[in-house]
Amino acid sequence: MALDDRKSDFNFVGTRPDRPDGLDKVTGRAKFGADVSAPGMLHGAILRSPHAHARIVRINTAKAEAHQDVKAVITRADFSDKPEFRPGLEGEFWNVLENVMAGEKALYDGHAVAAVAATSALAARDALKLIEVEYEVLPHVTDVDKAMAPDAPVIREGAADYSVPEGMHPNVVRYHESGHGDVEAGFAEADLIVEDSFVTEATHQGYIEPHACMGSLGADGRGELWCTTQGHWYAQKYCAALVGIETAQLRVTASEIGGGFGGKTTVFIEPVALALSRKANRPVKVVMSRSEVFRATGPTASASMDIKIGMKKDGTITAAEGIFRLQGGAFPGAPGDMTAMCAFAPYNLTNVRQVGYDVMANRPKQAAYRAPGAPMGAFAVESVLDELCNQLGLDPVEVRLKNAAYEGTKANYGPTYPRIGLVETLEAAKAHPHYAAPLKPGQGRGISCGFWFNHGGETSVSLALSEDGSAQVMVGTPDIGGSRASMALMAAEVLGIPYENIRVTIADTATLGYNDVSHGSRVTYASGLATIKAARHAIERLCERAAAKWGIPVDAVKWENGCAVPSGPNAGDFDPMPLADITADMGATGGPISGHFEATPEGAGVSFGTHIVDAEVDPETGKTSIIRYTVIQDAGKAIHPDYVEGQYQGGAVQGIGWALNEEYIYGEDGRLQNSIFLDYRIPVASDLPMIDTVIVEVPNPGHPFGVRGVGETGIVPPLAAIANAVSNAAGVRMRQLPMTPPRILAALKDNG
Amino acid sequence: MSKLHVSTTVNGDAVEYLCDPRETLLDCLRDKLNLTGAKEGCGTGDCGACSVTVDGRLVCSCLMLGVEAEGKQIETVEGIADGDILHPLQKKMIEYAALQCGICTPGILVAAKSLLENNPNPSEEETRYWLAGNLCRCTGYDKIIRAVMDTAAEMREAS
Repeated sequence: MALDDRKSDFNFVGTRPDRPDGLDKVTGRAKFGADVSAPGMLHGAILRSPHAHARIVRINTAKAEAHQDVKAVITRADFSDKPEFRPGLEGEFWNVLENVMAGEKALYDGHAVAAVAATSALAARDALKLIEVEYEVLPHVTDVDKAMAPDAPVIREGAADYSVPEGMHPNVVRYHESGHGDVEAGFAEADLIVEDSFVTEATHQGYIEPHACMGSLGADGRGELWCTTQGHWYAQKYCAALVGIETAQLRVTASEIGGGFGGKTTVFIEPVALALSRKANRPVKVVMSRSEVFRATGPTASASMDIKIGMKKDGTITAAEGIFRLQGGAFPGAPGDMTAMCAFAPYNLTNVRQVGYDVMANRPKQAAYRAPGAPMGAFAVESVLDELCNQLGLDPVEVRLKNAAYEGTKANYGPTYPRIGLVETLEAAKAHPHYAAPLKPGQGRGISCGFWFNHGGETSVSLALSEDGSAQVMVGTPDIGGSRASMALMAAEVLGIPYENIRVTIADTATLGYNDVSHGSRVTYASGLATIKAARHAIERLCERAAAKWGIPVDAVKWENGCAVPSGPNAGDFDPMPLADITADMGATGGPISGHFEATPEGAGVSFGTHIVDAEVDPETGKTSIIRYTVIQDAGKAIHPDYVEGQYQGGAVQGIGWALNEEYIYGEDGRLQNSIFLDYRIPVASDLPMIDTVIVEVPNPGHPFGVRGVGETGIVPPLAAIANAVSNAAGVRMRQLPMTPPRILAALKDNG
Repeated sequence: MSKLHVSTTVNGDAVEYLCDPRETLLDCLRDKLNLTGAKEGCGTGDCGACSVTVDGRLVCSCLMLGVEAEGKQIETVEGIADGDILHPLQKKMIEYAALQCGICTPGILVAAKSLLENNPNPSEEETRYWLAGNLCRCTGYDKIIRAVMDTAAEMREAS
């Protein structure tokens, strides 16, 4: 059989069919995390620390346990630190356990300290009031710069790893430094050096569906878990470890997921539901309130950054240096390394140095948020580039084109780029009518580039053919934005059968091999690659059956337009044999026909975008309006262009929220002040214009159809693009996000 | 606390339930009537995922008590399609790819249907302001607004 390794002409890929789960989702039928129940089910609720940092002296659960509606109460003592099947809970397992249920100390406002299961949600909530917790309140710190200061309270001794230089505060837990060339020599060559500092606040992923799950765990050590998650194999592994059972004994089913954006890549309530269930011997459902979501899950890291860039009069960057300090809550994990590596990644730099710090503070454990770490770094670097362009009187797109990375560029973080599409996005920006459109007084235009690595990850896909010639595809990456449609398109393309004849299911952990989480923009890339290869595997079987029927060697059969056909005139003269003709009697010709693929694909293909935004600033109120927005991004190959555009638009609007409205506000007492959507304001429809999109397609050499992930890059440029637009509109450089009306008014006032 | 008996009408069906006076209409729809189409995204009336109509008026069902439904006519997302025939809004939402995760979709549909019943020819600005109480974190609203406006145009032509 002959199969082209790379395709460039497509029958299905690139079309825009209705998504297979559309009907369920417009009729209310789709089952999300909180939409299930089970016979005998109890409702769980979690008691949370009101203190940012406190020693837990004692917890008295007697009154709650005595309540007739209460069937179980748990604390940290109900989780095993040394499960039978693990060599002790170390590293990230221990961190997740400590986050799921506090041990000796409550480490942030909202940290779980106990949980109950009761016969109704109201009874569970009432019972929390019967639990008595005695705290010894400790000094706290929530700001990243203050957390690094010598007198800062220590969150946890010994949390730092080998990378941290001696003499740093124990709250600094990881250190990253990379680059190449000689930055000092580079700065000496510059005609102009701009050095500036920038601050971004933590923002929340803001998915509309709060975390929800239902767990059931028996005395036999076998469990079932239903949950809204970006990765149910991750949930399986971590929950099993935390409740001390073998991984394979916990079956996890992913519900429909109501948004994640990185925030549902870990577990919070799932181990709690299982531990409650084991104690109560009944299924337990736990659903977070919005306030719990804000206080105890997500958010992204906050950042404090210093940037120095030198430029020649012609726009050539001679040297670039960045220091990025990221606060990721009371646990290691803030992506200071990612920020450092991404910030200068769009540019071909001779001399570059970047330093990243991972800093702990008394806040919830940060979770991934769409290109984690990258948007804040881009904000700082692209703001300085804008300032250099302004001071040198240069066009910001031309300067970026002049310095843009391309195939063969040695990236600031080490590797040499293969085929990439940054230059194509910049050329598209330059040619776009938006870039030449006139601005009105009070308006400013900003542009920014953005980069994200993209990810491959462990991937398993199975594809089974039915006797009638239809196909079912089992993938293991929860569908967070229409990926079932993309998988069906790719399978249809390979098999040559209609899109509608393919059903894609998100398999549970008991019915498919391991899959990494739906993160890193990896689903269309990795599950797509695996779907294509599983379909090709099934085609090998189909060709074998056709060869046997025709009595010719299998290498004399090829697959074309949904049929087995002789590979050439010498192979014999046979009519094309359609897929359904082969599957119709497959039970008698060798058995069921399936295709499988399992691997960890490595060719995800880095991704670049360029955004153009026009903003208008009201000098009286400081309010910013986004007047026009254009997203240009390289998709490699858009499988379902509607959902590619949707990712671009959604990323841009989340960036608008981060730039203008959204922030975690902590009081002096270390408590979160804005834990509901009224006070933590994400963009609403009336805040926004239409978001124009341009899909650039520079095929990724690492994918059979050329796909690059598109989910994350779209949130990288907006912070900087909007800050540049606002700064140009207001005539003053904005160095702190979000650019709320009071901050803009203060900046205008300082500027005279 | 003893429970109260409520008789009401949901999507044209007469229903009854017993509820705690503290339970919201959303709790009652989801937990007692198993109508889980309406979602709780916030519980504070900020996200609109729980939108329903009560005697024709658009409300957040998380802000109304279950007992207040007595004798009312409630319409939820489950009642928008006419049997197996989707409402034009439902068709356009799918056609325009105006949903990614779909958690806000039930609320958007209930609110948009209410908009078109009040104003068959809304401008983009009117559509954006009417839907300002329905949060969507995935789409940036672009395709939602286009889907609603195109539905309005199509329904005007059909009538």
